[in-house]
Amino acid sequence: MSHSLTTMSYIIAAILFILSLSGLSNQETSRRGNYYGMAGMAIAIIATALSGTVTAYAILIIAVLIGGSIGAMLASKVAMTQMPELVAIMHSLVGMAAVLVGFANFMDSSSGLAGAEKTIHEIEIYIGILIGAITFSGSVIAFCKLSEKISGKPLLLPARHWFNLLLLVAVFVLGAQFLQQTEGGGGNLPMLFLDHSGALPLLIMTVIGLTFGVHMVMAIGGADMPVVVSMLNSYSGWAAAATGFMLSNDLLIVTGALVGSSGAILSYIMCRAMNRNFISVIAGGFGTASGGAAAVIEGEVQPIDADETAQLLLAAKNIMIIPGYGMAVAQAQHTVYEITKFLREKGKKVRFGIHPVAGRMPGHMNVLLAEAKVPYDIVFEMEEINEDFANVDVSIVIGANDIVNPSALDDPNSPIAGMPVLECWHGKTTIVLKRSMASGYAGVGNPLFVLENTRMLFGDANATMQAVLKALKG
Amino acid sequence: MKIGIPKEMHRGEKRVATTPEAAAQIIQLGFTVSIESGAGLGANISDEAYQAVGVEIVNDIKLLWDQSDIMLKVRAPEWRPNPNRNELNLFREGQTIISFIWPAQNEELMQTLAAKNTTVLAMDSVPRMSRAQKMDALSSMANIAGYRAIVEAAQHFGRFFTGQITAAGKIPPAKVLVIGAGVAGLAAIGAAKGMGAIVRAFDTRPEVKEQIESMDAEFLMLDFKEEGSGVGGYAKTMSPEFIAAEMALFAEQAKEVDIIVTTALIPGKPAPKLITAEMVQSMKAGSVIVDLAAEQGGNCELTEKDKVVVAHSVTIIGYTNLPSRLANQSSQLYATNLRHLLTELCPNKDGILNVNMDDEVIRGATVIKEGKITWPPPPPKLSAAPAAKPAAVAETTAKAPVKPSVIKQLLPLIIAGLALFSIGSVAPESFMTHFTVFVLACFVGYQVIWNVSPSLHTPLMSVTNAISGIIVIGAIVQVSSPTVGLLAGLATLIASINIAGGFLVTRRMLDMFRK
Repeated sequence: MSHSLTTMSYIIAAILFILSLSGLSNQETSRRGNYYGMAGMAIAIIATALSGTVTAYAILIIAVLIGGSIGAMLASKVAMTQMPELVAIMHSLVGMAAVLVGFANFMDSSSGLAGAEKTIHEIEIYIGILIGAITFSGSVIAFCKLSEKISGKPLLLPARHWFNLLLLVAVFVLGAQFLQQTEGGGGNLPMLFLDHSGALPLLIMTVIGLTFGVHMVMAIGGADMPVVVSMLNSYSGWAAAATGFMLSNDLLIVTGALVGSSGAILSYIMCRAMNRNFISVIAGGFGTASGGAAAVIEGEVQPIDADETAQLLLAAKNIMIIPGYGMAVAQAQHTVYEITKFLREKGKKVRFGIHPVAGRMPGHMNVLLAEAKVPYDIVFEMEEINEDFANVDVSIVIGANDIVNPSALDDPNSPIAGMPVLECWHGKTTIVLKRSMASGYAGVGNPLFVLENTRMLFGDANATMQAVLKALKG
Repeated sequence: MKIGIPKEMHRGEKRVATTPEAAAQIIQLGFTVSIESGAGLGANISDEAYQAVGVEIVNDIKLLWDQSDIMLKVRAPEWRPNPNRNELNLFREGQTIISFIWPAQNEELMQTLAAKNTTVLAMDSVPRMSRAQKMDALSSMANIAGYRAIVEAAQHFGRFFTGQITAAGKIPPAKVLVIGAGVAGLAAIGAAKGMGAIVRAFDTRPEVKEQIESMDAEFLMLDFKEEGSGVGGYAKTMSPEFIAAEMALFAEQAKEVDIIVTTALIPGKPAPKLITAEMVQSMKAGSVIVDLAAEQGGNCELTEKDKVVVAHSVTIIGYTNLPSRLANQSSQLYATNLRHLLTELCPNKDGILNVNMDDEVIRGATVIKEGKITWPPPPPKLSAAPAAKPAAVAETTAKAPVKPSVIKQLLPLIIAGLALFSIGSVAPESFMTHFTVFVLACFVGYQVIWNVSPSLHTPLMSVTNAISGIIVIGAIVQVSSPTVGLLAGLATLIASINIAGGFLVTRRMLDMFRK
């Protein structure tokens, strides 16, 4: 295959990727978008394999087959509640691949570049490996946090900002050394300690990058996970773009830039939804910000049982369901849908209100509801329905806390002040499902619980929803 | 301690201070409960029903009064010429009574009760706070009065409430005007709406507009700026200009509507006169006015207390015992209010009354403590209306940090610009072509991603995940190299996991989204 033909294939693949992403603008075109992506990927891989530089087809085919079947198995097995974990672990794979490709490129001395071009090429390798390493270790920690293999609580080392700064300075110093040493010639990993090929600074830098990734994600609390996951998504894109620069491959650059900006926008949307500054999320330690004392919440909660909840639902015309992470944890989405179906058959207007940061990754709630067969045209975003709560008879809050906290709006000292929230208290009655009277992830008390039109339904979300369903039918 | 419930003696009073359900719960608090024989008959509750839950039936009122430590009543104790039923004479030293008292209007009664060294809790003085809502008998009675007002109006109104088109002709719906949208007003709106009438409502307090509209009624706006909310969520007296504007509105409405329900009351003052004789005259023949303020003199000039009068062919209903006209319902609610108050008064559930004057609710309700008049209480701290001031403060403090300085905004741009130029000054041309592609791709990505529906953010992440597996081609071009082939092969394998996993899981997810 000629060089021009390969390039043309890459252009087509890039266009297909763009179409793939733009297909996700609504549900009707999204499936087609996914197929465009697959086609783009197939074209890119085939064009590269036939481009003439590849001779070791045996390794290639075996690697693709093994990798592909592992991926297919993961994709078919994963539960929808585990999507954030899957996404995180896949980010780590991109990071790892970037590191490996970077090292391979470094050790492959056949580039034949010289002068400024060579220097730039070395910088590209260096940056590519750095981003890849951060993405890899950060994603692994994010995966562990999401799957609760390690605690979701932020780990706050003393002087952690200084530690980060120290790592950053070290990266720069090592970079300078690396460039100096590579002046002499190509890298040679086995000769690590004997020559001055630049391999040593590169390896140390890799370790620093890994440390930085671990430290960064460890310091971020569970409620900020949507930001972290989308940020790592962005990093995995930049890692691919950096690899593209390293290999002078425009398709990698374009695709990496697409993915990178996608992740960056998602991070921005998530930060905005929490009214938080991106830097402060990354710096970690949510809730440690000082300020005036937040207003103490006083009052008495009014409990309700499943039968009364069913009575309220039967008497209501306009019902809003607000799911949060608690619904995912309790796997209550199917029961919720059964209730929804029952109420809709009774002619009631049932809608779902989704806060952008509900769950542990962007759009997590939508996927869970879709899995439970909730039709997507009754699932609404916060902006679409917040005005409408005045007409709602009953809102059911399932396992959510901070996203329905009125003090975000009226208490300037609250740690979540200014965060847009679902204003369910404007409706006639709000029923809050909660395991117990504990505060949310942000450690913030919620005055919603003691409002006079709020009723608390205590217990496991799935068990209580099932009791409500039984009461509705019985 | 022993609780006694006498039969209400006021003429036309059918309510009773406890029901069997409430009594059963009071007994669980550790009290013993006795009731005068026949006390519940007016509310259709037999002595047997009380007996069934363990309430003692006492025939002799004097005996009942003597043996009880706490008396529960609906109406305030009254003087009566009948010596056997003279409640004020029946009191003994140190007794406690819980009932409606209206201390502002009944000074003489207060003095008499204080002289007997009693403790008096007035149900009408329970403060209006969220915590005290379950004991707020005024609200529960007002709710019933509002409902009953519409029933009474329907009784005297010669037409349907709802509009109909029948073979015999078209029937227009009745138009109902409710003045004062407190608890009673809102209940009246609900009842009238339920019967199919067109309902309009007016109130001086702007914060009730939402409540009125939530009941599907029309809020009559007065083009006049004055805040009518007083302390404790009640209305206050308005300025003369406001009243003039208000009266003009009523005069205009009177010509149009069929039924007027007035509920305007200002605490401790005679009811404001809102419907003049001329307005009544201007109303259509057969119209009905229900004056819920009749007890305090009436909102309508022609109202006569406790009577139904017809003036200018308009029926004016001045009943003051509307809750009593739904005796069973109002007894149930009142008994529950009392039971909640007793629960607060007896926190240990040991049947001992603890009048804790540090508790804001109990402090407010207690008008005489062991012979000492403790009314009026210190003003309540909370208003049902949203506090306007702190919200405004919150707004300004929240807005202050939003305005960053110009330098802060421009600094990143300047830094980015300098960085770009310094790259451009040293970078070779081949790098710059790649860089061009990179920057353009970032912008394309930016434009495309903003269009993605938020509900598809998770599929977006998994598909970008798959696409970032494109790094596989970086590995493929190196896979044939003798030195790094194995490394590249490993990278290929890993990236392939991403590609297959990402696309397939996205497909699985997207297949789940359905209409």
